[in-house]
Amino acid sequence: MYRSVFTRDVFAELDRLQREMQEAFDLSPSIRGVGRGGFPALNVGGTSQSVEVYAFAPGVDPATMEVNLDRGVLSIAGERQANLPPNDDDKSAVHINERFGGRFRRVVSLSDDVDPNSVSADYRDGVVHISVKRRESSQPRRISVK
Amino acid sequence: MNDTTAVTKNEPDAVARKERAQRSEVALIPPVDVIEDSTGITLRADLPGVPKDRLMLQVEADTLTIEGEVSIAMPEGMEASYVEVTVPRFRRVFTLSKEFDTAKVSAEIKHGVLTLRIPKAEHAQPRRIEVKVA
Repeated sequence: MYRSVFTRDVFAELDRLQREMQEAFDLSPSIRGVGRGGFPALNVGGTSQSVEVYAFAPGVDPATMEVNLDRGVLSIAGERQANLPPNDDDKSAVHINERFGGRFRRVVSLSDDVDPNSVSADYRDGVVHISVKRRESSQPRRISVK
Repeated sequence: MNDTTAVTKNEPDAVARKERAQRSEVALIPPVDVIEDSTGITLRADLPGVPKDRLMLQVEADTLTIEGEVSIAMPEGMEASYVEVTVPRFRRVFTLSKEFDTAKVSAEIKHGVLTLRIPKAEHAQPRRIEVKVA
């Protein structure tokens, strides 16, 4: 598992520790393993018309990013270069190394009422925003009483 | 984000101000890489969602402060169902040492990654010291 995205925050670390303890004792953890603390960090929200997913993936070349929606499961994958000097470089020293480097993949299962044909994704300031519309038939409707 | 501004507007000014002050205390700590070579230091910080105009960099005496506010367009009436980035703000403070030339710090932000270059002052650049044989 990848170390916490925001390290050194004592309260966040305690929170994470508690959560991980809970998850370890939980008899029915998610089938995809521990969700939180991975790269990229995810926020998910929704309106009555759409489901919105925000993936905080700074420094990723948008051309190498893969966003797939398959049978209601959304996956975000890509690679981020670490950009650190090689180990045998004796001219430079790495003092702090907290940023994630390497390949990543995160998966979210969306609700059943999403329409796989109307998905949009954009990348701005290091955040991938994926918007999936809900099906017409499942949107709330006002029923007039006669 | 639209929601929070709407909420604060309805409250009496004093309460809103107090809340805003309290909230400004809370910030996420961005992960960084710090690499030093012979001419200076390169610092990279992950600040996803922070546009250029919401980024604040400050060097005061020997203290470097990096602060950024997350600004993401969200559809109206959105309700969050799962949240990992809980606070829309990043802050981190570093102490620099004397050999750095704080007047020549350069910064660039691209795809949510801030790259800072802090050069060493000229007198602190490496010099080869010749050993004379007496």
